[in-house]
Amino acid sequence: MATRFDLENIDIAWCPGCGNYSIHNILKAALEELDIDPKNLVIVSGIGQAAKAPQYIRCNYFNGLHGRSLPVAVGIKASNPNLTVIVESGDGCMYGEGGNHFVHAIRRNSNITVIVHNNMVYGLTKGQASPTSQRGFTTSVQVAGVLNEPFNPIAVALSLKCSFVARAFCGDIQQTKEIIKRAILHEGFALIDIFQPCVTFNKINTYKWFKENTYYMKDHDETDIRKAFERALEESPLPLGVFYVEKRPTFESQQRIYKNSLEPLFKRKHSVEQIMNLIESKRRW
Amino acid sequence: MELSILICGEAGQGIQTIEYLFPNVLKDSGLNVYSYKEYMSRVRGGSNSTLIRVSDRPVRAFCRKVDVLVSLSSQTTHLSRLSDRIDSDAIIILDSDSNTKLYHNGKIIHQVPISKLALQAGNKVYSNSVVLGMLCSILNLPFENALSAIEKWFCNKGGNICEENKIAAKLGYENISTNSDLRIRKDFNSDPRVKEHLLINGAEAVAIGALAGGCNFVSSYPMSPSTGVLTNLAAYSREFDIIVEQAEDEISAINMALGAWYAGARALVTTSGGGFALMVEALSLAGAIESPIVIHLAQRPGPATGLPTRTEQADLLFALFSGHGEFERVILAPGNIEQAFSCTAKAFEISDKYQVPVFVLTDQYLMDTIYNFDSLKKVEPCFNHVVKTTDNYKRYEITQDGISPRGIPGFGDGLVCVDSDEHDEFGRITENFTIRKKMVEKRLRKLKDFSDEVPAELIGNEDYRYLILCFGSTREIVVEAVKDFDEVAVVHLQQIHPLPSNLSRYLRMAQKVLIVESNATSQLGKLIKMDLGFNNFETLNKYNGLPFYVEEVRDFAKRFVKGEI
Repeated sequence: MATRFDLENIDIAWCPGCGNYSIHNILKAALEELDIDPKNLVIVSGIGQAAKAPQYIRCNYFNGLHGRSLPVAVGIKASNPNLTVIVESGDGCMYGEGGNHFVHAIRRNSNITVIVHNNMVYGLTKGQASPTSQRGFTTSVQVAGVLNEPFNPIAVALSLKCSFVARAFCGDIQQTKEIIKRAILHEGFALIDIFQPCVTFNKINTYKWFKENTYYMKDHDETDIRKAFERALEESPLPLGVFYVEKRPTFESQQRIYKNSLEPLFKRKHSVEQIMNLIESKRRW
Repeated sequence: MELSILICGEAGQGIQTIEYLFPNVLKDSGLNVYSYKEYMSRVRGGSNSTLIRVSDRPVRAFCRKVDVLVSLSSQTTHLSRLSDRIDSDAIIILDSDSNTKLYHNGKIIHQVPISKLALQAGNKVYSNSVVLGMLCSILNLPFENALSAIEKWFCNKGGNICEENKIAAKLGYENISTNSDLRIRKDFNSDPRVKEHLLINGAEAVAIGALAGGCNFVSSYPMSPSTGVLTNLAAYSREFDIIVEQAEDEISAINMALGAWYAGARALVTTSGGGFALMVEALSLAGAIESPIVIHLAQRPGPATGLPTRTEQADLLFALFSGHGEFERVILAPGNIEQAFSCTAKAFEISDKYQVPVFVLTDQYLMDTIYNFDSLKKVEPCFNHVVKTTDNYKRYEITQDGISPRGIPGFGDGLVCVDSDEHDEFGRITENFTIRKKMVEKRLRKLKDFSDEVPAELIGNEDYRYLILCFGSTREIVVEAVKDFDEVAVVHLQQIHPLPSNLSRYLRMAQKVLIVESNATSQLGKLIKMDLGFNNFETLNKYNGLPFYVEEVRDFAKRFVKGEI
């Protein structure tokens, strides 16, 4: 499907068959269906194969440092709440290098959408374990297999009362698109952990493996955090869909300056008089 | 007429209240006042002290000499710690049960019932008000000034607190009034203009300077001695359009600030050495994406945790060389409170105009220094450097001066694309060697015409033979130290990188040059050797955690002039 987000003559650096292509196309379709203006869209990413994604979309982007996409996105959204801000990065960038920001950005509940390409392996650095790699997964570094318990982003996000928590699989285009659309429309921090295979470095968690080891939650109460937790702890098969949704004031809506107006910071007037008055007040105490 | 008063005690005994109230009482009495606190990194106990200098004439520098010492604690341990500053003619007052005299290490100590009088007024915690009353009596100041200070400070604390503190102050005042040994005979000449002066500390000056520079976003992680700027801006956020966020760590703080600049805000981070160390990768990011960012770096002694609450100027070269790769930056180091304001305001303008990181390099000494002064530099309206983008906008357009018009997302028809990877004019990743070379050259060209935003300042005799060079917060100490020297001038640097173009001439005109720095390795000296090829200088360094005393700079300068150094 052609979208307003397509770029011509681009040289995409992903391997043929990579799950990133699918997420890339699904995201563009979701944005198109939501009628979002590329000029009003900012995609923020860190470093990794997934973090190259904004390069291939017609939009504003901030491709920053490894692990640091979330604070950048928070700063952007807080400075101009009228922008649509989406973060796109991989499991290593978001849950490893950026783990501390992941925890605290959820607590802030900025109105941003966070799409994590989760392929359970490091791609850009060529095949080492990621925080979500399963135990026993062998690599050139983890030669005896991964010893650590895999990071469970869904359970962690729920423990922080993340206001929108979902998991998707890039092979399921329709379902994933609908989840992304809901996440973008959600007011607050929306996490979508998207399973995707790495065709080059992960020979275990393949398309087939994800198909066979996942299922969509049915009759799940998205407002019940305890039930969501139970689902989040399920490992075999792994549940897909929206785990939890809560409507809560966002980081931006709670800022004093946005109580009466959503005018972005760059449009606000610098009041020389107000500062002079402050200085003069320091003559009296 | 001049007097220096040192108030000491344990953390939590209320020195802070006196250190706030007493300077205001003095100013209201038309007297010039200076104050600086040195304190331990603990919330209770230990031994802290605040120096308060009072004078007919402006006073702005830290000195060794103590004329009156008041200890809120009955322990003589505080006196031992401060013994090298207490001369035989100093009046020493120590808390005790009754009015008695004590001989300690050859000095007379006047024991006065500070905490007992406080208890009599209603509560032991009123010791600070007792001392306030005592100080007014010692200096022969009108008691009403102490009362109005207490009213202003305690009036909204509820209950009988205000009234009881007034009683405490009166008891303190009367106790001294009946003790003729403790009253200073000399009279100060009050200057009515001083009553109209401003009285703020360095942290407030940086915070207000940030507002004047159009700062509307601050994200930081608390760290002494930089936190005062954060808390002041947080207080101003009740009135001003400014977002203040305490980040989970310094890495987040600076990345958030870069996001804010990208979206059109004017953002500040305030931190100290260890916190800045965590920000260094993002500083390099600012270099790569050509983002403005203002970094307030309040230095304290390192390495690592070092002396958390004390002062040093040892992060100059760290600030200069921090960040991987090659990119430009500007470093400003204000010399006093007025300059803390003007440098910070200017930092935002420079950063926005040249799209480079700008440091405001201060230290604990400047943050915690207070003195009265007449006025701050005029606040100017901020110049808006952001452009409205057009279709096909190039964020990194190659220009003659290296500065590309900076657009922001959502303002205009263009897209604003920034990337930490090497990029082309549109901000898209490239590994094209020709573009890479052009981008490196463009980034390094941005400060080509930048040399004298803040020229080197010559203070004193223009026909000097001897020159003393200093930077940042040592300015007022050095100026006072050599003010009576005939053939000596001081050159003070606020702009440390790039070095101002007039510095070299000043240095080469001198027969002898002395560089005074609060660090062990003469970092400014190294910089001058490297940048100007000038290496004919002597050095005076202090790195024990305390600022220079006026006296030690004066003594050293005397020997320097005599040729003993």
